[in-house]
Amino acid sequence: MSTYLIRRFLLMILTLVGMSIVIFVLLRLVPGNIADIMFDSAGFVDPAEKAIIEAELGLDQPIPVQYYDWIAGLLVGDLGFSYVSEMPAIDEIGPRIPITAKLAALSLFFSVLFGLPLGVISAVRQNTALDYVLRVVSLSGLSLPSFWLALLILMACVAWFGAIPIYTDTPESLWDELALYLLPSAAVGFRASALIMRLTRSSMLEVLRQDYIRTAKAKGAPDNSVNYVHALKNAVLPVTTIIGIEAAFLIGGLIITETVFNIPGVAHFLVEAILMRDYPIVQNLVMFIAIIVVVINFITDLAYAALDPRIKYAD
Amino acid sequence: MAAIDHRRELDRAGANVEGWWSGALHLARRYPLGAVGGAIVVVFVLAAIFADVVAPHDPLQTDAGRSLAPPDASMLFGADMMGRDMMSRIIHGARISLAVGIGSTLLGGCIGVVIGLMSGYLLGWFDLLTQRIIDIMQALPLLVMALVMAASLGPSLENTILAISIPLVPQVARVVRSNTLSLREMPFVEAARAGGMTEWRIAVRHVLPNTIAPLIVLATAQLGSAILTEASLSFLGLGVPEPYPSWGRMLSESAAEYVRVAPWLVIFPGIAISAAVFGTNLMGDALRDILDPRERS
Repeated sequence: MSTYLIRRFLLMILTLVGMSIVIFVLLRLVPGNIADIMFDSAGFVDPAEKAIIEAELGLDQPIPVQYYDWIAGLLVGDLGFSYVSEMPAIDEIGPRIPITAKLAALSLFFSVLFGLPLGVISAVRQNTALDYVLRVVSLSGLSLPSFWLALLILMACVAWFGAIPIYTDTPESLWDELALYLLPSAAVGFRASALIMRLTRSSMLEVLRQDYIRTAKAKGAPDNSVNYVHALKNAVLPVTTIIGIEAAFLIGGLIITETVFNIPGVAHFLVEAILMRDYPIVQNLVMFIAIIVVVINFITDLAYAALDPRIKYAD
Repeated sequence: MAAIDHRRELDRAGANVEGWWSGALHLARRYPLGAVGGAIVVVFVLAAIFADVVAPHDPLQTDAGRSLAPPDASMLFGADMMGRDMMSRIIHGARISLAVGIGSTLLGGCIGVVIGLMSGYLLGWFDLLTQRIIDIMQALPLLVMALVMAASLGPSLENTILAISIPLVPQVARVVRSNTLSLREMPFVEAARAGGMTEWRIAVRHVLPNTIAPLIVLATAQLGSAILTEASLSFLGLGVPEPYPSWGRMLSESAAEYVRVAPWLVIFPGIAISAAVFGTNLMGDALRDILDPRERS
């Protein structure tokens, strides 16, 4: 187990190092850097001045040097400066993280709250009308673009309340905050719950086919106890492993939803930074997302082994 | 050997079928949701192919007098800011959506198949290297990866296809690799090898055809997410550029404002995206039930 742990941990570090190289190179493929953009909008400007700005931003250095500077800074918590606001990137990114974290937590809560029970019901009532309805609903959850869902919610608010509930001021109380995050996280959570529901259903069906379930039934255990006690315990285990996939899925949904609802979180900021070609912000944010996804996957792997005694990782 | 034997599948189900059409009808009865999905997909494909004939107006024809005109008899879905007919734009948008969706699924699929086959066949350092690269690629959500790719490649139809196809590669490569690994130990592959077949021919003639079923299932699932990703990229302003009518971009053009004044600009393109993806997903689910016996319940 400990050898497995160490190997798995080293692989995780390797993945992240590879990721940093990929991001860095990808962003340098962009034709035209920030200096070009600034100068394009200003019209004709002295090329000497442009060179000064490029030197100031470190863009005249060879790419390996720029990469080294970034990673060396990253390790000591210095993320460089935003090209656009000229503030330290960490001061730009840091305050936005709690906003997105709260939104993500609320979305995850919604998705488990609806996804898990509905998936179980769908499996227990397999091939009934209820199962068909639930399957169509979950499939439509995966098919609706999240920005459209968000726009529909806004539209409903306009129709019923005559107001658009998008983020304007920083909320003052916890209740204000909750009310503000409720709709966006419901939009993200609906899609994510569809994913959980489908996985719970197929995992539950798998378990219901096993011999020990037949034994329990043959012994005369009541249906409810077989379904919700014997089967559910084992069916939920594989579902926990998809929390890693779910995290990636949530981030995708948050990018769109934060943009539509104008919430100043990291996901929205990533889009803004990409559109403005603010490299320091983009590369740090993408790296941040990669770290979150990889670490969550690592933890779920370990949690899975801890939760399911049948699983032993060979050394 | 044939990889997918529909005939046997139908016989197993006890179907008394003659020819292709009644076979299709039988499958449709057995998988009603899949049939609905297939029908939706066919409608979109036909709309895309015959867009010039079906669309009532020119999708690029502006008309200042009809700016933000609500739906009426001449323009069923209303008109946008520039007075262009929404219905025609949505029909032409099917072209872009399907071109990007199918294009990136095929491109990603082809790259994935080649990498997966080589990885499962050559093993050694090549396999090790590709596995690590795939790990790296899977550390980012599809949309984030596509966003960064799209931003670095610049906006164009081809680049959008490329930006979406690359994040699709790892899944395909994984499926093909694991299939190759198990197939290469099969007796019929051994027999082919004993018969003097070259490894390359074995890979193409025996291993690949037996991987087609899971590949088709995966590709339909990916087609849905590729269409969604294109819409999302275009919505965020990093997808297919003007003048192509893209569903995602139709929704983005100051959407929050239209929610108040011109809801038809929000409703119809959204329905188009959702229906296309929903149809693909329904079809994909049915295909998985038909082609993948392990998933059958």
